[in-house]
Amino acid sequence: MSATSNSVPGGAAAVLQLSGIGKDFGAIRALSEVDLTIHAGDVVGLMGDNGAGKSTLVKIIAGNFHPTHGTIRFDGNEQRFDRPLDARNAGIEVVYQDLALANNVSAAANVFLGREMVRRVGPFAFLDHKGMNARALELFNDLKSETRPKDLVKQMSGGQRQAVAIARTRLTDAKLVLMDEPTAAISVRQVAEVLDLIRRLRDHGVSVLLISHRMPDVFSVCDRVVVLRRGEKRADKLVTDSSPEEVTALITGAKEFA
Amino acid sequence: MTENAVHPVSFSNVGQARWWKRGVLSSQTAYVAVALLIITLIVSLFAHNFLSHGNLLNTSKNFSYIAIVGLGSTLVIITGGIDLSVGSVMALVAVMTAILMRMGSASFLAGIPYAVMIVAVAGGLLLAALVGLINGLLIAKLGLSPFVTTLGMLSICRGATYVITQGRGQAPDGPNVDTFYALTDGKILGFPVPLAYLLVLAVIMAVALRHTRWGRYVFVLGGNERAAQLTGVAVARVKISVYVLCALSAGFAGILIAGWLGSAPANLAQGYELKIIAASVIGGADLAGGVGGPLGAIIGSALIEVIRNGLALIGADTYWEQVFVGSIIIAAVLVDKLRTREPE
Repeated sequence: MSATSNSVPGGAAAVLQLSGIGKDFGAIRALSEVDLTIHAGDVVGLMGDNGAGKSTLVKIIAGNFHPTHGTIRFDGNEQRFDRPLDARNAGIEVVYQDLALANNVSAAANVFLGREMVRRVGPFAFLDHKGMNARALELFNDLKSETRPKDLVKQMSGGQRQAVAIARTRLTDAKLVLMDEPTAAISVRQVAEVLDLIRRLRDHGVSVLLISHRMPDVFSVCDRVVVLRRGEKRADKLVTDSSPEEVTALITGAKEFA
Repeated sequence: MTENAVHPVSFSNVGQARWWKRGVLSSQTAYVAVALLIITLIVSLFAHNFLSHGNLLNTSKNFSYIAIVGLGSTLVIITGGIDLSVGSVMALVAVMTAILMRMGSASFLAGIPYAVMIVAVAGGLLLAALVGLINGLLIAKLGLSPFVTTLGMLSICRGATYVITQGRGQAPDGPNVDTFYALTDGKILGFPVPLAYLLVLAVIMAVALRHTRWGRYVFVLGGNERAAQLTGVAVARVKISVYVLCALSAGFAGILIAGWLGSAPANLAQGYELKIIAASVIGGADLAGGVGGPLGAIIGSALIEVIRNGLALIGADTYWEQVFVGSIIIAAVLVDKLRTREPE
């Protein structure tokens, strides 16, 4: 597995470097002193119980709010994202748990939502339907997903919907994709499809931070697993050096650190 | 990567809806268009003067007012909102325009060709836009419910109309009054001008909805507002724009009606909001948001007017109109529900 060697510090360029990240909500400390480095092409699983700080960490990376402490370096530069759009412009894409798709418009329309291709005619800008459909088809082909750009999302299977949400992240050259519980509440076959989609992203050199509750998913697709408990990072190791039993123990607190 | 180019994805696994279940043909608008044809046929069989030149002219003019506002109302409905204030806005703007025309006639504007009329109409439309802006700001920025906000605006605008006029009708007057009547109640190529305005506006709306970013966002707002927010769409701005356009369409129709009646009574378009929303819904706009279009607004309005006109010509009690319209609203959503039922 070539990706594993990438994850050895110093092997590939660090895409994301969090150092000493902390977040206080009033008197409640949601995160403290979290360091995390993600290299190009890394697939990192982020695990933890409810309330462990996973969502808080992801929201900080995605630009939903500022950390109280610590710094974010992305692609070599220190960053301060004021809103999600800033993070996206820097090259961080998010696949939301509910996928953030509009059912009543086409797959291509969803892929290009907020970033439509237009053709200018005098003072007017008209949607370039042909261009967007063609580009969306390319993206679906890349992801090996049998999805028609013109089909309405409401007629699609769960796997196709995931493909649409993931194709959206491929529109620009995103360096890091955050995926929030993509395999919660979908069928077994669709989970396999999603995991394949994640591997495709990695093959394109994209780093993925996969937030998941599902141990089998993390162990089948991730290179590294990071465990949060009570706002602290308790483990950050290669999945080949760990086991589902150890990770479970770390999540529940049966084991303090690893 | 290169193998993708050689073996494009086959779609062998993915079904596609049959042609008659896709696109325009599958929409409620298409079903209601068929219903409109059938009802028109029935009416023309029983009421022999229905197809007379004069009656067709009248019918097409009558429904144009409702349909013009229906266009704006449909925009709001597509985003998942509703605008109950349209009837009152029609009255307020009609009254204000008539008053402005009279006031302008006594001012320096009277000396400039057409200035009185232009200023009066622009003032009326500006007022409409202002009402729409207030609706939009309250709904998009403060998160108030569209139903309640526009219900309040319904009352405010109707009340203001009575306050300003003390219940007396306001007649447009002044040096441009003939031009005003020609532009609001005249004919163009043998067709009543309101119908011409309706068609032009409908075409512009169709193009804007299908072929601009703004139009796409209007649909996405109705489909999944959070998705639009998360992908960086200026949700509030788009939302405000539909309420402004809806109020503008109401104001414009109000001015046309003032020209048609030769006066703007304070009770102009009283109760029209329900008729207008009914027209949009019968034509296929979904009150849950995400679905609708200009053609639907036109077909829905036409259907209501054909029934009203048909009942009058046959000599039936025209009070039955509302019963028929109500039944058609329910029938239309019922057919749509049955048609789109998911196989269990």
